[in-house]
Amino acid sequence: MSNPADLASIAAIDAVKTRTGGVGLLEGPRGARPRRAFSRSNIFIYGTLILVSVYYLLPLWVMVMTSLKGMPEIRTGNIFAPPMEITFEPWVKAWAEACTGINCDGLSRGFWNSVFILVPSVLISIAVASVNGYALANWKFKGSEVFFTILILGAFIPYQVMIYPIAILLGKIGLFGSLWGLVLVHTIFGMPILTLLFRNYFTSVPQELFKAARVDGAGFWGIFFRIMLPMSLPIFVVAVILQVTGIWNDFLFGVIYSNNERYPMTVQLNNIVNSVQGVKEYNVNMAATLLTGLVPLVIYFASGKLFVRGIAAGAVKG
Amino acid sequence: MAVTDQAQTAVPRPATGAPARRPLRVFRNLASKIAAIPMVLTALVIFVGCTLWTVVYSFTRSGMLPRLQFVGLDQYERLWSTPKWLVSIQNLAIYGICAMVLTLVLGFLLAALLDRKIRGEDVFRTIILYPFALSFIVTGLVWQWLLNPDYGIQNVVRSLGWESFEFNPLYNPDLVIFGLLIAGIWHGTGLSMCIMLAGLRGIDEDIWKASRVEGIPTWKTYLFVIIPMMRPVFVTCLVLIASGIIKLYDLVVAQTGGGPGGSSEVPAKYVMDSMFGAQNLGQGFAASSMMLLSVIIILIPWAYLEYGGKKRV
Repeated sequence: MSNPADLASIAAIDAVKTRTGGVGLLEGPRGARPRRAFSRSNIFIYGTLILVSVYYLLPLWVMVMTSLKGMPEIRTGNIFAPPMEITFEPWVKAWAEACTGINCDGLSRGFWNSVFILVPSVLISIAVASVNGYALANWKFKGSEVFFTILILGAFIPYQVMIYPIAILLGKIGLFGSLWGLVLVHTIFGMPILTLLFRNYFTSVPQELFKAARVDGAGFWGIFFRIMLPMSLPIFVVAVILQVTGIWNDFLFGVIYSNNERYPMTVQLNNIVNSVQGVKEYNVNMAATLLTGLVPLVIYFASGKLFVRGIAAGAVKG
Repeated sequence: MAVTDQAQTAVPRPATGAPARRPLRVFRNLASKIAAIPMVLTALVIFVGCTLWTVVYSFTRSGMLPRLQFVGLDQYERLWSTPKWLVSIQNLAIYGICAMVLTLVLGFLLAALLDRKIRGEDVFRTIILYPFALSFIVTGLVWQWLLNPDYGIQNVVRSLGWESFEFNPLYNPDLVIFGLLIAGIWHGTGLSMCIMLAGLRGIDEDIWKASRVEGIPTWKTYLFVIIPMMRPVFVTCLVLIASGIIKLYDLVVAQTGGGPGGSSEVPAKYVMDSMFGAQNLGQGFAASSMMLLSVIIILIPWAYLEYGGKKRV
C-alpha cells in the first residue's frame, strides 16, 4: 500500500458513499464528520498533556517502585525501574517496626493517633461550622457580618502569628498537649473555610422554603434539622473531604500541640525519614511516605469532582 | 469592608415569644446568636486577640517566657541584623516570585489546554491535581528521594552514559531553593489550574464564536481577550498562592530541614525555631509580626480591588 493515489481514491469513494448514505468500501462511523483526530494542534495538545502527566505521575511511580524493592537493588539499580524482585517487607517494617527515637513500633502508632485526632476534629468542626453558616445565611443579626468578615480575613493570618498565644490559652484551660486541645485547634482553624462553605450553600437555598417553614411555626433548630440538613448532604460530603485531607495532612499543629506519644502520622513520618541515626533505608522510608499519603489519595481518587468542588469553594470566593 | 446590613430581609423574631410583650433586644433571634458564639469567639479571641497579643509582645524583651517589658523596636532591629533571617527573607523572595509566576503561567496554560474540548479531560485533571491532596511532608520527602544525588535523577542520567551530568540542588547552597521550588510547583500547580479552568468555563461561548468569525488566531484571543477578562480569577489565584507561600514551612522541614548549612531557611521556620527551639520568644514574635505585615501588604490591594469599587453581598 505504498501508492498514495490508492489511498486518496478510496477516501474519495468513501466520502461520496457516506454523503449518499450508502455503505462504503470502508466501514466507518456515520453522521457528521468528526474533527480530525491527528491534526497538528491536537498532537500538540495531547503531547503536552501526556508529558505533563508523566512529570506529575513520576514521583508516585518512584515511591511505589522504591517501596517494593530490597535495599541491595536500590543501591545498584535505577529508581525508575520496576523491581526485579517484589518484596513487601519495607511496608511491614514501615508499619510495624520503624523507629522514632526510642520507640520502635512503626508508623502504626502515628496512624492511629491521626485517626483519633481526625474523627472528633472532623465531626466537631463540621457540626459547629454548619450551624454557624446557617445562622449567618438565614438568621442574620446585628454585627453578624462583621464577625464573619473578621473570620474570613483571619484565614489569611499566618498560623505562626497565633500559635504561641493559643498554646498559652490551651495551657490555661488544661488542654495543652492533649488530644482535645488539638481537636479544638483544628476546629478553630477549620472555621473560616467551612463557615464560608456552609453560608454560601444555605444562602443559595430558596428563601421561600425557609419562609414557609417559618409560617408553619418551625424555629431555628427545627428548620435546621428538618429542612436544611436533609437538603444539604452534598455540601456535607464536600466539607468532610476538605477537613479529612486538611487535618490528615497537618504538620504544624501536630508538632506543636501534641507530645511525643501522640504525634500524628505526618510528624512521625518526618521523624522516621529525617532521623540522622542509623542506616538510611530508602525503601522503608518510601513505604512510610506512601502509607501516610494513602488516606488523602484514596479520598481524592474516590471523591473525584467533589474534591475539586471543595477546593474551588474554598478558592474562588475566598 | 462590605458590611451590608440586611435588617429588613432576614431578622425574624423568635416565634415562641409571647406577643404581648416585646422581648429584649438581646434576646431577639437568640438561638442564632447562641449558634454564632463559636464564630464570634474564634474571630475575637483567636484572630484578633491572639494576633494583637503577638504583635504587642514583639515589642518586649521576652526570652524563655513572655514578659511585658517593653524595649521598643529592639527585637526588630536584632531581627534585621540576624543573617539567618536575611537568608530566610531572600529565600522566600526568590521562591515566592518564581512560584507565583510559574504556578500562574503553568496553571493557566494547562487549564487552557484542558479547555480545548479534549478527550480524557477528567483523567488529565485528576493526574495534575492529585499532588495537591498530599501533604507537604509527603511531597518534600518524595522529592528529597528523587533529588538524592547518589540514587535519584542525577544517578539515573549518569548511568545512561552522561557521566558529568550535574543535578544536585539539595546539596548545593545556591540551588537548594530551586529544589524546593520544583516540589512546590509539583504540589501547587493543580490548584491554580483548577481555579483557572473554572474561570475559563465561566467565559461566554459567544466570545469564542465572535473571535472565530473575525478570524482572530486562538493565541491572540487568549492573550488579548480571555486573559484580560479573567483578571479577577488571576487576582484571587495570586492572593491564594501568595498567602500559601508566606506560610511555607512543612515542605522545607521535610525536604531539606533548612540545610545545607541553613541556606534554605524560610521565615516561618525562623519563627518556629526561635519560639520552640532557641527559646527566644521575642525574636519569634517579631518575625511572625513581619510575616503578618507581608500578608497585610498582599491583602489590602486585593480587598480594595475586590470590594472597594462595587459593594457585593
